[in-house]
Amino acid sequence: MLESIWFLLWGLLWAIYFMLDGYDLGLGAMMPFLAKSEKDRQTIYKSMGPFWDGNEVWLITAGGVTFAAFPKAYAVMFSGLYTALMLLLIALIIRGVAFEFRGLVESDWSRKFWDKATVVGSFLPALLLGVAFANIFMGLPLDENGVFQGNIFTLLNPYGLGGGILFVLLFAQHGCLWLAVRTTGELNERAGNLATVLWPVLVAVYVAFLALTGVYTQLLGNYLAYPALLLILVIPVFAIVKVRVLITERKWWKAWICSSALIVSTTMFGVIGLFPALLPSSINPAYSITIHNAASSQLTLKIMLTVALIMVPIVIAYQFWMHKVFATKITDEDLGY
Amino acid sequence: MDVLMLSRLQFAMATMFHFIFVPLTLGLSVMVAVMETMYASTGKEIYLRMTKFWGKLFVINFVLGIVTGITLEFQFGTNWSRYSEYVGDIFGSLLAIEATVAFFMESTFLAAWIFGWKKFSPKVHAMFIWIVAISSNISAVWIILANGWMQNPVGYVIRNGRAELDDFTAVISNSFAWGQFFHNGFAAFMVASFFVMGISAYHLLRKNEVEFFTKSFKMGLVTAFIFSIAVAAQGHSHAQTVAVKQPEKLAAMEALWDTAENGAPMYLLQMPDEKNETNSVEFLGIPGGLSFLAFNSFDAPVKGLKEWPKEDRPPVTITFLAFRLMVGLGTLFPLLCIWGWLKRKNLTENKLYLKVMLLAIPLPYIATWAGWAVAEVGRQPWIVYGIMKTSDAVSPIVTSQVAFSFIALTSLYTLLGAAELFLLAKFARKGPEPEKA
Repeated sequence: MLESIWFLLWGLLWAIYFMLDGYDLGLGAMMPFLAKSEKDRQTIYKSMGPFWDGNEVWLITAGGVTFAAFPKAYAVMFSGLYTALMLLLIALIIRGVAFEFRGLVESDWSRKFWDKATVVGSFLPALLLGVAFANIFMGLPLDENGVFQGNIFTLLNPYGLGGGILFVLLFAQHGCLWLAVRTTGELNERAGNLATVLWPVLVAVYVAFLALTGVYTQLLGNYLAYPALLLILVIPVFAIVKVRVLITERKWWKAWICSSALIVSTTMFGVIGLFPALLPSSINPAYSITIHNAASSQLTLKIMLTVALIMVPIVIAYQFWMHKVFATKITDEDLGY
Repeated sequence: MDVLMLSRLQFAMATMFHFIFVPLTLGLSVMVAVMETMYASTGKEIYLRMTKFWGKLFVINFVLGIVTGITLEFQFGTNWSRYSEYVGDIFGSLLAIEATVAFFMESTFLAAWIFGWKKFSPKVHAMFIWIVAISSNISAVWIILANGWMQNPVGYVIRNGRAELDDFTAVISNSFAWGQFFHNGFAAFMVASFFVMGISAYHLLRKNEVEFFTKSFKMGLVTAFIFSIAVAAQGHSHAQTVAVKQPEKLAAMEALWDTAENGAPMYLLQMPDEKNETNSVEFLGIPGGLSFLAFNSFDAPVKGLKEWPKEDRPPVTITFLAFRLMVGLGTLFPLLCIWGWLKRKNLTENKLYLKVMLLAIPLPYIATWAGWAVAEVGRQPWIVYGIMKTSDAVSPIVTSQVAFSFIALTSLYTLLGAAELFLLAKFARKGPEPEKA
């Protein structure tokens, strides 16, 4: 029972991470298409400035919870996806540093350099996270000892790359909507337009990815055992349509919230389809890492659950407050500090 | 080189780089919080300017601490997967608790502090930096509880082929870990106060903003005075814990090869010769000195390294030298503080002292590095003392992967270190914003 609760929480933490860091990663990756002037770029940085760090802590928590609740899954996932993960870390380091260094050195050369670092450091995590999760949905080549029998190129299969593209698009649209929330005038216009352009591409990739999921993964089989669960798909489908409607109506906050729901429900649809496996083995289902062979002791799960039930609502409360206070429209006065 | 050696090097490199930023974060956050509290309660502009100047340097330092910390968390999974699997039940949960109770708060409220100058009253704004300071230190508690468990594992049973949690209270009240926490925490204030004094000395030498930097210097001096004594006293008591719990670490710290049944001496000059299991230099021995320091009795027996088979001994030379370096610097710090105290009335006239203090900025960093080297190298060959060897902890992965990541991370960190140093120096040299007319 505790294992199942933690399985859902595990999925949910990753989903929240994608939802939160998703907008700043997506916006960073889309910056070249959105910014025409130095002032635009400053506005874009400003729109993410107070939030990206707090968002990224959800990654640390999702990783930490994988470690604590399912140590074996943590060990297999992170050693198996070694190179992909190192690339992700390097990208995130470069990106974090870019946010800081760009504002501190007053030279064109340095700004241009750090802008590029931001774009690459935002695009790469989005892509890699998508590749990693698609491969998990598909199953990793794990042997009977849980050792990953492959390398980075094993991960770059059509389905994995499809997942990467899907994540990039989901995050890109999410980021455009965030910028629209925080801006007025021309930049707001451009963000809205880019979100509109991205939307049909996203829908096409989404549908194609779902179809490929039926071909490449066991997810469909798992859902057919409990067809009622397929109703979860209603949420992302509804959200994706609603996003388009809200873009047309220029209701940016609501569109962003719908996009958040889209990301969370998409992740959860995949995660629930895995149950009870955390990391299915593509070599032999019997070698899969599941909640039964990977979970921590009951005592650890119980203590962790107590901590999570107390702390996570508090975290959500102050991060919500933070967004409420700081996510206002950016004005010229904000830039000239 | 094999996966084990590369992983150890990579972890050591990543930890030491991360640990450039951590102690300054822990100490300077509290000092900035004090400055801002003084501003909020007195309304004097000088305290606001102090908060902003030292706060800016704090923030430049903080970001690198964050991004390099992420690497560390994931390295347990990437490079030490067998370790993660074996002890995740306990170790993993401590890391996860750290993220939920402390790291979120640190990051969120630091952003509120950086971006909230215009949105909040001085009192509320000062509260934000206190939250950052307190949660950074709570963060350190959980990380060191995790490290302390590796040093002195408690509250577990070996079940289902791994270490499982048996007594959570024992894990969080692990006295070894708390000893480490206070030692490390006090040392963090040494790093921060020497940082503040060194940069202030730079400006005082140039007679730049004398009032501002005299105030800053004195704040650093008082802090350094208190903590240089606290860190030494507490370090002594922690070493006594080590003597009981990890006797081979103590033997390596002192390069004691043969067991001394009736009191072990302490040599002021000594050099271990690991190959021949002896010391090539042994000079100025104080009879019973080591026994007294470790066990409060001049004739207490102390076990020598030869009690353990060679493969179970820590690397003696590194442990020994790191310990000497730490203790030597730890002795120097209070002396520098006394010198400063005697000259406190007229700091700007004492060019020699100011120059020394400017050059002394790196010393507490070196001392904390050396301290961690004693703790971590001295624990080898164990990754979890007495339970799991480091060689059994490494991931079953291909060497080339680790070679690639080691080279990539080392190059990246070198560049970042250089950029960071450049920025800190630039803003430290620039001095505070001019007073408002």
